[in-house]
Amino acid sequence: MSLAYLVKRLVYLLITALVVSIIVFGITQILPANAAQMLLGEFATPEALAAIEARLGLDQPAYRQYLDWIGGVLVGDFGTSLRTGLPVGPTVVDAMSRSLTLAGLSLLMVTIVAIPLGVLAAVYQGRKIDLGVSLTSYIGVSLPEFVLATLLLVWLTRPELGWFPASGYVPFADDPLKALWHLALPVLTLTIVLTAHVMRMVRSEMVDVLHSDYVRAADLRGLPRHSVLFRHALRNSLLPTITVLALDVGYLIGGIIVVEEIFAFPGVGRLLIVAVQQRDLPLIQAGALIMAMTYAFSNLLADFAYAYLDRRIQYD
Amino acid sequence: MIEVLKRLLSHPQGAIGLGLGAILILAMAFGPLVAPYDPESFDYSARLVGPTANHWMGTDQFGRDILSRLLWGARSTVLLGFTATLIGTSLGAAVGILSGFLGGWIDDAIMRVVDATMAIPNLLFALLIVTVLGPSGLNAVIAIGIAFAPGMARIARSVTLATRNHDYVSAAVARGESAAYIMAREILPNMVAPVIVEGTIRVAFAIMLLATLSFLGLGAQPPAPEWGLMIAEARGFMFRNAWTIVWPGLAIATVAIAFNLLGDGLRDVLNPRTR
Repeated sequence: MSLAYLVKRLVYLLITALVVSIIVFGITQILPANAAQMLLGEFATPEALAAIEARLGLDQPAYRQYLDWIGGVLVGDFGTSLRTGLPVGPTVVDAMSRSLTLAGLSLLMVTIVAIPLGVLAAVYQGRKIDLGVSLTSYIGVSLPEFVLATLLLVWLTRPELGWFPASGYVPFADDPLKALWHLALPVLTLTIVLTAHVMRMVRSEMVDVLHSDYVRAADLRGLPRHSVLFRHALRNSLLPTITVLALDVGYLIGGIIVVEEIFAFPGVGRLLIVAVQQRDLPLIQAGALIMAMTYAFSNLLADFAYAYLDRRIQYD
Repeated sequence: MIEVLKRLLSHPQGAIGLGLGAILILAMAFGPLVAPYDPESFDYSARLVGPTANHWMGTDQFGRDILSRLLWGARSTVLLGFTATLIGTSLGAAVGILSGFLGGWIDDAIMRVVDATMAIPNLLFALLIVTVLGPSGLNAVIAIGIAFAPGMARIARSVTLATRNHDYVSAAVARGESAAYIMAREILPNMVAPVIVEGTIRVAFAIMLLATLSFLGLGAQPPAPEWGLMIAEARGFMFRNAWTIVWPGLAIATVAIAFNLLGDGLRDVLNPRTR
């Protein structure tokens, strides 16, 4: 991986950050003709309107508002919540740490489950297990997270069963077992949905590789089957899987928003939904910016990992 | 057209997708006519009952017939999903063709912005737009349409780049045709196949996103028989009658599966390489 490639990708990340911040701020604060009215509703008193205009700087020109906001963001000041009056930055960072636990556990589960299943389906292409994997992945990609989560709630949290808690959160530091118990259903929901995506991709990559010349050559040389599968085929089909996993972080973020809301998990997704419902602009802006940047950053990491692992390609 | 249908029918995914799609069209066309009950009439003597002879799918917390509500909801659910996809496709195609056709630094600049926009996940983007427009079914459609545009722009641009150097485009340039003519008459037709494939899969996604927004209270508003909203409203009663969740969930999943299968079938059928 050349230094030029590294620098170029970092510059792209900066451009992404700039564009995303302009979009987020533009949509929420600049685009509404009268943001103060939008926030307070049509029955707001003139005094209340004037107060909120002064607080958000709505009387300033658009570029000035953006520069003030982004200037604050760059030094970690995301403004204060319109509803609670607390600084937004620490609130979002706090929620983000809990969401990352949820996301990390889900990605780990997906990697453990989806890759072997995708490989199995490709190796036994056209057989029963392949059909089963394909069918499951069709159902998985067609089932919205909120439907799956609600169905899991109905089945597994019935009061007479009491197998899993329906909602809430316990910090790992307090009680690791209870923490996992509370994380189980949210993680299960996200894992099922994401596994469907990843499984499909791994299968199609693996099918391509299995039909490639070098795998056929290895077969013809008389190498044992497991050696061909693991040393030649799997290694090369796992490279694109890294990219697939990173792209799926986008789905994961969408899923996390929904799942946190349903299971009342105090993460950044739930924070965002509440902020949207209460039209808490600074909170919406901070939450959206952090989520989008997490996605952009995970794609950058995937690109670096890909470039590092795949020596065949010279990036410039 | 007939040729494509024939080939779809001999493709396993395509055939199942087509079959499910046909059932869906029937439900949309005749659903309200054959629905046994009014979708919004309350019946307090029959609340939260399971499937019976009178109510094939049971009733919800107000005694509304679930089957009737699903049948009434089919029309708007699917049409709104289509509309959102159409908005995203037209917007994306316009940006993509323009960018690919103009080329140079303008293309670079537009594509950097498109790429950056794609860092905002669809649901998050839709949430932001609904914040401004306010929660309603129509606004959710607009939001999803806008959120879909960047992905469509990428596809439109790559097709434009692939066709720009073909002889017939050079011929049109040599004839002195206007840029608008070349974009609309020479480049746009090449886009039909890939856009139809991507669009079909996007319809499934749009329907799921719309239902999700309604579920979160940011899309269709009560008492609309919107499938996502039905699940949201029934959540408080799900332990007393799980069917209130199962049926609408099944309806959303079936429609999404139909469009996913159809999209995969179309991709194989329309792709000249696998023909």
